[in-house]
Amino acid sequence: MAINTDIQETSPELERLKELYADKGFVVTSINNLINWARTGSLHWMTFGLACCAVEMMHVGTPRYDVERFGAAPRASPRHADVLIVAGTLTNKMASALRKAYDQMPEPRYVISMGSCANGGGYYHYSYSVVRGCDRIIPVDVYVPGCPPTAEGLLYGLLQLQKKIRREGNIKR
Amino acid sequence: MSKSIEVAKEAIKKNCNPIEISDDFNQLQISISTNQILDVVDFIKNDEACEFRQITDIAGVDFPDRQKRFEVIYHFLSFKHNSRLRIKIIIGEDESIPSITSIFPAANWFEREAFDMYGIQFKDHPDLRRILTDYGFEGYPLRKDFPLSGNVEIRYDEIDKKIIHEPVNLQQDFRSFDIQSPWERTNYLKEEKKNNE
Repeated sequence: MAINTDIQETSPELERLKELYADKGFVVTSINNLINWARTGSLHWMTFGLACCAVEMMHVGTPRYDVERFGAAPRASPRHADVLIVAGTLTNKMASALRKAYDQMPEPRYVISMGSCANGGGYYHYSYSVVRGCDRIIPVDVYVPGCPPTAEGLLYGLLQLQKKIRREGNIKR
Repeated sequence: MSKSIEVAKEAIKKNCNPIEISDDFNQLQISISTNQILDVVDFIKNDEACEFRQITDIAGVDFPDRQKRFEVIYHFLSFKHNSRLRIKIIIGEDESIPSITSIFPAANWFEREAFDMYGIQFKDHPDLRRILTDYGFEGYPLRKDFPLSGNVEIRYDEIDKKIIHEPVNLQQDFRSFDIQSPWERTNYLKEEKKNNE
């Protein structure tokens, strides 16, 4: 396979990679790095839109913010998803459904809690029908503050999640 | 006031025998007693002068100080005459009110909601059960004596592997920061207003 030599400016690591590949025809890396690369590069998210936050979550998927450039795509089924974005007010009646969706997700699974309501009840904290934070129902990895958070905010949260996965570094979760 | 409202008002006055009738802001409002409801609703739906063919909402109000604490308010809309009508009924906690689902099928869920929120009983309703609150919910949340944060809160129990209900345990009591509400005003403004009058 010919290597494209037209690219003028590449990073030193990539330059080194190119040399190694051209020299031996393969590249050596640790399996940890490979797995983390794969995990962070395909964070398919389960859409769990519950309120106005869902609109910002949709924006993240559209071409302006284009979360797909980070390899993340919306999935309608929890069984296809790696990350669950809880976007909106979680009510008592919805809580069991959220837990069911979470339980169906394959490991490794991650959760982003988006917005004040999902983080701690927010505006509805003292309501009789709202869960005071979705972390009472499922374990949360990243909390994105805001009411609602901007699309950039959620995107930043997703990048923080990638960072977290990379830093954890171990295969078992 | 438009003529069609005048005509409808006269027709209702003549045929329905309401306790009270008014047409403030070009909207008809009548008060009737519980046993009149079916006849009145049937009349205002089918009478040519009224033709209130659409039910917009059924609202409940709780006045805990009154002897009969609840008010049920039916909202109707007439496409033909471009006018609206409210019917008010006062009922007590242990009374029931005839369901109007036989006349307006759309009232089904409205009545369920009023039952869910206030505990108002609708007689002969085909399926009178809760509609909005959680399964197994206890109490009627829009009653004035219902606590703001309810009686139970939920969390997932890692040992039992299910969602469990516990008594409410707030980390911090509710505080109202609404000092500049245009409706309530702050106390010193109220006093100032009193002095000026």
